[in-house]
Amino acid sequence: MPITVALDRAEDVRPFIERAAPTHPSLIDSEHRVAELYHISNVPTLIWIDEQGRVCRPHDAQFGTDTFTAYTGKQSGPYLDLLRAWVSDGSGALPADQVRRHQPAPSRATQLARAERALAWHLHQAGRGEAAARHFRRAGELAPLDWTIRRGSMPLLGENPFGPAFFELAKQGRTEYAMEAVTKTRTAARD
Amino acid sequence: MTFALLDGDRQHSFEANVAAGRVRVDPAGVEAAIGWKLQPQGLCRGPVCIPVRDRAALVGDGGLDLEALAVLLDRPLALDVEERVAALGESANERAAALATLEAPDFTLPDLTGRLHSLSEHRGKKVLLIAYASW
Repeated sequence: MPITVALDRAEDVRPFIERAAPTHPSLIDSEHRVAELYHISNVPTLIWIDEQGRVCRPHDAQFGTDTFTAYTGKQSGPYLDLLRAWVSDGSGALPADQVRRHQPAPSRATQLARAERALAWHLHQAGRGEAAARHFRRAGELAPLDWTIRRGSMPLLGENPFGPAFFELAKQGRTEYAMEAVTKTRTAARD
Repeated sequence: MTFALLDGDRQHSFEANVAAGRVRVDPAGVEAAIGWKLQPQGLCRGPVCIPVRDRAALVGDGGLDLEALAVLLDRPLALDVEERVAALGESANERAAALATLEAPDFTLPDLTGRLHSLSEHRGKKVLLIAYASW
């Protein structure tokens, strides 16, 4: 069962959801609650949860299509094969100690960044744009590699998330998930 | 004056006064909102008490200093004194401990129609959680 969570305002993601017309739960998380709960720092983030409600393959950044392969170097085919194998026989799920080892780790800075972001969002919703902008920027200073904060706030600040501000951000880098290297190795080995 | 405190998906209001950039909030309001109360043995909630080494930094003018309170609770605090609002976050230790249990945290969120869905509704199935965005 896929559950998609858009770290977006409803109005920003609506056209995509309507075009996709999903039959699975397609949820809106404007307050970035799931980002906070799961310590998510970029999109896409994929997490496998087993039938007992336990994380069995933690945060990975993989794609379901090859639209961005030229930019990311990631192919969807091998990852979709991994997913199908999981669904069919549970393989690809990791033992608990490996899940723990590959989960991202929160820090004082990331946690304060999330609180600043929450405050910024509240102020933004209350029409306090200048105050909101201050706190979005403060959040970004505290967690400069967290793209849910830095790129995610661009539409709210009137910046184009596909424009110059994003190119600057991309140069600075992003938090990479430990699983990205694991999946790359695993899916390369399968070819 | 009224001061708002954002705490996860809840929002509390207290009476507070502001002096020299410090926000002092009404202790009764704090207890009602987040359950912590200053006792002789420390800052307590139920059976748990946190020792208060510097009481003078925490208490003054009939109120609890909001920043000192957050430090004691080991929770990050984003504060906007002028806007009279603050957001209390989750400590790194608490978040890390929760993640280490490997229990996928439950959440309840709306779809585009406004209908609410929870992760826990899907217990018993494999769930692929996909966070994505228009940006």
